[in-house]
Amino acid sequence: MTALHWATISPFLLAILVPFLYKYLRNIHTGWFVLALPVFLFIYFIQFLPVTSNGDVVKHTVPWVPSLGINFTVYVDGLSLLFLLLITGIGSLVVLYSIYYLSKKTESLNNFYVYLLMFMGAMLGVVISDNLIVLYVFWELTSLASSLLISYWFHREKSIYGAQKSMLITVFGGFAMLGGFSLLYVMTNTFSIRGIIEQAAIIANDPLILPAMLLILLGAFTKSAQFPFHIWLPDAMEAPTPVSAYLHSATMVKAGIYLVARLTPAFGGLPEWFWIVSAFGIFTLLWGSVSAVRQKDLKSILAFSTISQLGLIMSLLGLGSAALYYGTGTEAALYYSAATLAAVFHLINHATFKGGLFMAVGIIDHETGTRDIRKLGGLMAIMPITFTISLIGLAAMAGLPPLNGFLSKEMFFTGILRASELDIFNMQTWGLLFPVIGWIASVFTFVYCTIMFFKTFTGKFQPEKLDVKHVHEAPIGMLISPIILVSLVVIFGFFPNILSYTIIEPAMAAILPGLLDEGQRFYVNIYHWHGFNTELLMTIGVIGVGIFIYLTAKKWMQLNIYLKERDPLNYFYDQSLVGLIKGSTSVTQIQMTGLLRDYFAYMITFTVLLLGYTFVRYDVFAIDTTNVAVISPYMWILTLVFIAATLAVPFINHRITAIIIVGVIGFLLALFFAVFRAPDLVLTQLLVETVMVVLLLLAFYHLPELRKEKFTPRFNGVNLIISVAVGIFITVTAFSAFALSTSNGIEPISLYFVENSYTLAAGKNMVNVILVDFRGLDTLLEVLVLGIAALGVVTLIKLRMTGREDV
Amino acid sequence: MEILMSITVGVLFMVGTYLILTKSLLRVILGLMLLSHGAHLLLLTMSGLKRGAPPLLGEEAPFYADPLPQALILTAIVISFGVTAFLLVLAYRTYKEHKTDDLDKLRGTGDE
Repeated sequence: MTALHWATISPFLLAILVPFLYKYLRNIHTGWFVLALPVFLFIYFIQFLPVTSNGDVVKHTVPWVPSLGINFTVYVDGLSLLFLLLITGIGSLVVLYSIYYLSKKTESLNNFYVYLLMFMGAMLGVVISDNLIVLYVFWELTSLASSLLISYWFHREKSIYGAQKSMLITVFGGFAMLGGFSLLYVMTNTFSIRGIIEQAAIIANDPLILPAMLLILLGAFTKSAQFPFHIWLPDAMEAPTPVSAYLHSATMVKAGIYLVARLTPAFGGLPEWFWIVSAFGIFTLLWGSVSAVRQKDLKSILAFSTISQLGLIMSLLGLGSAALYYGTGTEAALYYSAATLAAVFHLINHATFKGGLFMAVGIIDHETGTRDIRKLGGLMAIMPITFTISLIGLAAMAGLPPLNGFLSKEMFFTGILRASELDIFNMQTWGLLFPVIGWIASVFTFVYCTIMFFKTFTGKFQPEKLDVKHVHEAPIGMLISPIILVSLVVIFGFFPNILSYTIIEPAMAAILPGLLDEGQRFYVNIYHWHGFNTELLMTIGVIGVGIFIYLTAKKWMQLNIYLKERDPLNYFYDQSLVGLIKGSTSVTQIQMTGLLRDYFAYMITFTVLLLGYTFVRYDVFAIDTTNVAVISPYMWILTLVFIAATLAVPFINHRITAIIIVGVIGFLLALFFAVFRAPDLVLTQLLVETVMVVLLLLAFYHLPELRKEKFTPRFNGVNLIISVAVGIFITVTAFSAFALSTSNGIEPISLYFVENSYTLAAGKNMVNVILVDFRGLDTLLEVLVLGIAALGVVTLIKLRMTGREDV
Repeated sequence: MEILMSITVGVLFMVGTYLILTKSLLRVILGLMLLSHGAHLLLLTMSGLKRGAPPLLGEEAPFYADPLPQALILTAIVISFGVTAFLLVLAYRTYKEHKTDDLDKLRGTGDE
């Protein structure tokens, strides 16, 4: 265990302590104790910056299940470090924010911080693991922690609904992902991501690569809320706002992005990967931005905006993967890698401004008691700091200069414009769609940002619609975290190049390895002014059309589609869930009738069908008359009487007659035993049958009066068919088995008993010698069976549970 | 002889199966008894029914009937007796508690 391993699991260790801190130090908000850890981890991880910016990596392995190739391997390169810093950095700010957001008097803070730390540890584990199975374990832990956090206010029905939905969707994807990982293992014989990437050229030609890719992408898309799996994210907004800010904007939803980026070296360069990732991403971008315009709740706007921005990053990763198609050192590869650069840069930017915006919305909610834009308005003068924070965040999100969102939006346009020039993967025909869709989505992004801004902060203040009496600015402690985040937005906006070679370039090198010649670096230089080009025109167009749409808002806000807030895909989710429950209930009700007769019928029918199939399939029916014993004339009579008596049983209408006939059958069986030279069997059978008949009569005698009626069993055709089939198959099996036993020529072992009964066991009755000497254990246990039966009988008759129903 | 006995066993199984598919508890028990008869007879038949002396060494015959299946059947008879006796008493208790022996009425659990 190295320090990195301890750092990864340290949140879990602290989570164990949290309940004690909460219980024994009630006067201090538990969040203060928690805050120290992410801050410390952030500082610790910053120390790796020089290492990764030199292009080096850190790798340590601790064996976990070495026999299965599962090791807890930590691996820090540019991409991991970027995420580690995001998780711990924003984690610190979120914990600080939550200290002021959640009251220590009314909230169960122990639960909150245990879940949050569990999430943080799991997320660190996801991005630091080199081993796919370990990654999967942490991945599922993030799903679990996320659901726990969404249902933090578990007395609310909507929270439970949201938690269940996110759990079902993300665990479904996670499970598919495990399947994909297993396929990767089948192909490469290793769980190490590094080992798989080394074999990328080999697996590219493997027939399993497509299923593996699809399954892994299913995991990534469900986690990162890509269309059509994005529906869980808006419902996850029932979580406390610090959770929304942390999980559902900055970290967890980027786990899928991380996975796609991490596995790009293994799959990148394949047309399927390129198309699936880019197409789903660009469509999610459009869908999310259009849906966000329709929302009336601030957090819902931000949720759909997150979906949209994640789609943007995802599509850029897909487009950037085309660079791997061209291979090492080629000009084309470096040219098309612009999309990846944009993806990494926007990933950072999105985390900063979206985190800040969520916190600002949380403040508004906290101070006014509502998040509904129809009730809010005119907060500019009342909450000036929150207003400034939101202005910067929204402007960055809309892509206005000079903030970082503007830069990444320009780079996004550059990336998709370059990708549309690709002459591979059919991009000649479809390539132009990407800039067009991207541009339309940017317009909608601009529109929902303006709506959010103007509806909240301008217009008339309407205190009568709010529950809170005195609306005022939030306490300073709550404002620290969003102020830091929007400061970063501004800093990265004005000085983007402080990130270039420290974080972005190493992350790019991790996503697109092998593109560069020895000693070469990606050229990362981000600047505001890059001349009059298409990108600039597109941005101007976005702003112009966006303003026009906002100014005509009165007209289109009357449209019916604007009033529908819920995503239409929810309908399919809800209906399929209901259908699943209904369907399985009805399937169960069809077969689980509760009638003993039906279950017997299933079992017998299945057995007979299986047996019949085997007979036909292997053609094993045989009949052999060469070796059979001769039939004496009186045996004919005996057998016919026996059969007649047996056949008569179902037709008898009197119970007493039935019992007597069954007795007769038993005694005839004893007679058979006599004929077939089995004196001990005769004795036993006679005795047992006598006792049996007596018992049957006793049971009959004790029938309650009302059941003493005569009965005629309902003639049931199905029963008849089943029982005739059973009879035939038993007979046929007996024929075939007997024919087999005579044809295979194996001598029975009975000669041993004949020879040795007297010499070894000093008994002349061979059956008895077998029972008590050669195979005495059987007899011992059989005695035990009788004893248990006797005890059971006594218990049944004697024991009466009084005072409650016992049967 | 074995062919005839196989058919007899088939008849026993057929009637036994028919009885356990009926509604009356007592008939189900009778069906189970017939099924166990069928199984015992099948055991004996499958070992071959060639004539020989009973498996008693005192007979000093050249051939004996196979003693092993007989021992097996003896064990099986006793066990099926124990089980059937228990079932009968169970059926008796069921009558007492539920005042019915109709399996259609004895369905389901209290939770449904």
